[in-house]
Amino acid sequence: MTKRILIIGGGIAGMRSAVSLADAGLHPVVIEREAVLGGKVRNWHALFPTFTPAAGIVEELRAAVAARGIEVLTGCTAVRFDARRVELADGRTIEGDAAILASGFTLFDAGIKEEYGYGLYEHVYTSADIERMLLAGTLPTVNGAAPRRIAFLHCVGSRDEKVCQKHCSRVCCITGVKQAMELKQRFPGAEIFNFYMDIRMFGPGYEELYREAQLRSNIHFIRGRISEAAPTFDGRIQIKAEDTLTGRPLRMSVDLLVLLVGMRANDDNAALAASAGLETAPSGFLAPRDLFLGNIRSSVEGIFYAGTITAPKTIGETLNEAVAAAEAVAAYLKNR
Amino acid sequence: MALDFGYGISKPRTIDLDRNEFYKGNAVLGKMPELQSCIGCGSCTATCTAGALTDFNFRRLHTLIRRGEFKGIYDEINKCMLCGKCRLTCPRGINTRGVVQLIKRNMGYLQPE
Ligand SMILES: Cc1cc2nc3c(=O)[nH]c(=O)nc-3n(C[C@H](O)[C@H](O)[C@H](O)COP(=O)(O)OP(=O)(O)OC[C@H]3O[C@@H](n4cnc5c(N)ncnc54)[C@H](O)[C@@H]3O)c2cc1C
Ligand code: SF4
Ligand code: SF4
Ligand code: SF4
Repeated sequence: MTKRILIIGGGIAGMRSAVSLADAGLHPVVIEREAVLGGKVRNWHALFPTFTPAAGIVEELRAAVAARGIEVLTGCTAVRFDARRVELADGRTIEGDAAILASGFTLFDAGIKEEYGYGLYEHVYTSADIERMLLAGTLPTVNGAAPRRIAFLHCVGSRDEKVCQKHCSRVCCITGVKQAMELKQRFPGAEIFNFYMDIRMFGPGYEELYREAQLRSNIHFIRGRISEAAPTFDGRIQIKAEDTLTGRPLRMSVDLLVLLVGMRANDDNAALAASAGLETAPSGFLAPRDLFLGNIRSSVEGIFYAGTITAPKTIGETLNEAVAAAEAVAAYLKNR
Repeated sequence: MALDFGYGISKPRTIDLDRNEFYKGNAVLGKMPELQSCIGCGSCTATCTAGALTDFNFRRLHTLIRRGEFKGIYDEINKCMLCGKCRLTCPRGINTRGVVQLIKRNMGYLQPE
């Protein structure tokens, strides 16, 4: 009988693993909470560092899943699991021979950082809001007019002990550079300021895009974290920071404030991990067996990981892991 | 005659970007946009001949200019000896010596404060 692999999460990681498993002659079952496949990438507009439309990537994966007739259960939330079964929120149990946990990450809720006024003041957005607006073709205007000044704040909900998120989310620096360039292109008259603690440009072409943002888009990068945002009488937002490279306090008002929100661990990671006897890292993400040859393996036989369930990752890294996890599952099932 | 109590209201140290004028900084950036790609590494200051002998800090100086802060610039920039060592070290390939000359040209008319 064809071996069944239970994949929790139908984001890009889950879909990519399923495609590889189907091609290896196995029977993957994708269990997805939402009504459609795709995960977070569904909500992104153009991807760093090449401005590639995100929709194309999701569409291609969905088409590959459909073309192979892969079994997909949408609207199904996994609440407990082990290598042989997944229990759903509706009480059903799905059985299989191995499992891949690919349930991804959760966006940091910017409202928790009350000092930045997200949800309180008009014209404070998150990076996810900007993606959704760009996707919908609605631009963040101020009373119908183009914004004259825009500030981006890096590390919102990352590298911050105050909100128990100690890790770096990795993708937000490059997302901030990309979105600054996109807004500059749409509002050429606007002055754009990125407030950062460190600029982390780890991927191919990222540093080059950063330099282009400085040189061609004239984005101002100010090293210093905004301490607070407050509304002004004329409906703008006043921000305060230290310009640490000059050692002086700095303040200004802006028309838009964009918070580059981090990637945090899912709330249900702990429960899923406990049900299967898995370990979580201090960050709340799942802990792989090691960070090298065992980076897509768990400490439990027959359970594997793919994508951002173990840490913040880019799409490319996520897809690579999905293929590696599928290969490991196939090797594991061969001997049973 | 006003009484001198020996203290006054100290000038705010805050860089106020709502008030600062950017046109002088833009005059430099317009001719040498590469300055905007500065990553604040401090190599120019570390190698600076003038900085070894005085409190001249070239990185801080051109950063302040880009923020629209010009107080004391004239005196400061004149400490530079135009030796060009900073240009040899800048990892972003900025013609830093050229920046000094542009600052002098665009801000030379400012009276020392
Ligand atoms: C603002 C922002 C912009 C980004 N832009 C880029 C970019 O331009 N380029 C790039 O390379 N990367 C980008 N990324 C990173 C990218 O979003 C991730 O790499 C990608 O989403 C990871 O995919 P995933 O499948 O691991 O997780 P997810 O996308 O989170 O998918 C997980 C899936 O699992 C489902 N799920 C979760 N829990 C359960 C459960 N209990 N039961 C059933 N299903 C469940 C979810 O509904 C979801 O569909 C960006 C990230 C952010 C935050
Ligand atoms: S990638 Fe940049 S913005 Fe994101 S957490 Fe790391 S340092 Fe902060
Ligand atoms: S050219 Fe001027 S700023 Fe550059 S190293 Fe020489 S003295 Fe310093
Ligand atoms: S050496 Fe170049 S990049 Fe470094 S601080 Fe000086 S001007 Fe900026």
